[in-house]
Amino acid sequence: MQGKGRAVCIGADIDTDLVIAGRYLRTKDHSIWVAHVFEDLDPSLASRLNGAVIVAGKNFGCGSSREQAAIAIHEAGVVAVVAPSFARIFFRNAINVGLPLIECNLSCTQGSLVTFDLTEGWVEAEGKKYTTCPLSPRMQEILAAGGLVNYWRSGR
Amino acid sequence: MGTLSERILHGTAGEYVDRAIDRAYVHDGTGVLTLEAWKSMGEQRIQDASHIHILFDHIVPANNSTTATLQHELREFARSSFLHFSDVGGGICHQIMSEGIVLPGDVVVGADSHSCTLGAFGAFATGVGATDMAAIWMTGETWFRVPESTGMHLSGTFTGAAEAKDLALTYVSKLGMDGASYQSLEFIGEGTAALSMDDRLTLCNLAVETGAKAGMFYADDITVQYLATAGHTVKPQEPEPCRYIRELDFDLSDIAPVIAVPPRVDTVKPVHDLAGLPLDQVFVGTCTNGRYTDLARFARVVKGKNVAIRTIIVPASRAVLQEAIRTGVLASLIEAGCTIGTPGCGPCLGAHMGVLGEGEVCLSTANRNFKNRMGVGGEIFLSSVATAAASALEGEITEPEVT
Repeated sequence: MQGKGRAVCIGADIDTDLVIAGRYLRTKDHSIWVAHVFEDLDPSLASRLNGAVIVAGKNFGCGSSREQAAIAIHEAGVVAVVAPSFARIFFRNAINVGLPLIECNLSCTQGSLVTFDLTEGWVEAEGKKYTTCPLSPRMQEILAAGGLVNYWRSGR
Repeated sequence: MGTLSERILHGTAGEYVDRAIDRAYVHDGTGVLTLEAWKSMGEQRIQDASHIHILFDHIVPANNSTTATLQHELREFARSSFLHFSDVGGGICHQIMSEGIVLPGDVVVGADSHSCTLGAFGAFATGVGATDMAAIWMTGETWFRVPESTGMHLSGTFTGAAEAKDLALTYVSKLGMDGASYQSLEFIGEGTAALSMDDRLTLCNLAVETGAKAGMFYADDITVQYLATAGHTVKPQEPEPCRYIRELDFDLSDIAPVIAVPPRVDTVKPVHDLAGLPLDQVFVGTCTNGRYTDLARFARVVKGKNVAIRTIIVPASRAVLQEAIRTGVLASLIEAGCTIGTPGCGPCLGAHMGVLGEGEVCLSTANRNFKNRMGVGGEIFLSSVATAAASALEGEITEPEVT
């Protein structure tokens, strides 16, 4: 599974309240989450996410278990999130909604091209190639199916 | 042989295992997405409704017609599916699950990050997202990576005005917001014998604020006695030789009253350093500190006096509220000028019942102080119940007196 996108760099310990605030959760309308994604971190971010690779600091997605955070990032058009570490509930949620995550301490500047291959286990930016730890076989299957709903719909 | 997590999950740290789920629960917030995902999975099958709970706590009663409509749909589903249902006013999901439902050795998943609270019973309890939960409804099981464990050695007893919440904030500060990512925190040592079930629930509740998957106590005589009052006969869990990836020591007699400063739970300072900071609101409640002993401790301080600022008290469950009525604690709180809310999460997540305005400052007994969480532009300081009570009387951050 390969992909590429322009880097949108953000900080460390980004909690899911910052990804999508509690005041937008009481709906089933995904477009509301997409419209307000990262609003309390940087209101200008939402418009820059389509086709992007988010390059974040450690412990991305900590805090609340709200799956709307992973859905909002995925449906805003983010290709993958790269971070040195992820909070574990967010990690499962992202894979379950079909959003690729790459555990890597990637160093790059805003707008750099980031390319990756999840199967081979590498990510590359600014001429430097990093080897990444592959997902568990089960998580790879779920991601390849496009998320856990499709994984079960396809009868696994 | 092994850590408590390894014994309950039947695996070795680092190994991936599939495990049947003893208790699976969602609340009105995550339940809506869980139901959507479950419907999309095709089969629309519930593996065993007797293991599944839906408990309304996040916005109770509903704050507007959109919320009410979402809750109506989930309520109708709960009733038609014959699973366990707790409606508006029952209380916080984690609290109700702690009132005689979760037992030692259980594998428990909740669609809420603070599901780790229930490790207090010697259960393996952790949070999952909505889609994971939908698959659990359908299959009755899920996969886990068996966590490595940090041994949290407790010794001594609390002195002065310190309480379990102060220890919880202290260990979060020591570990940091990701200091125990993917791990389990196992609370062990002779200091555990002096901690009540309420103390243990508070300590396990904060585990997720270090990135931990679980916080756990071994079931002992205190656990056995607590569950006996709920009609359960259980046995203590005997610790076995095991390998911790790290061991930390906490002498309870060294713990002092502390406060977590916004916007991070791991930025912790002595109450003394913040004394005099003006407050607009005090909030006592949540899955961290909304239990009967918390309300009673608050009442002991404010009884016969008047709070200086708006003080919102939300019992964690109906049982907590009933006990507070029976013993006169509720009357003391109301006479002191406190406002009582419907059992549930209250304003913790910023949806209703005490949302902060721009520039307002709240001292809360909850577990998160993230930016804008209780209202855009509001700031949240986190403390123990004793510190909250002393501060409510003065209208500013105040060191608790030794009682």
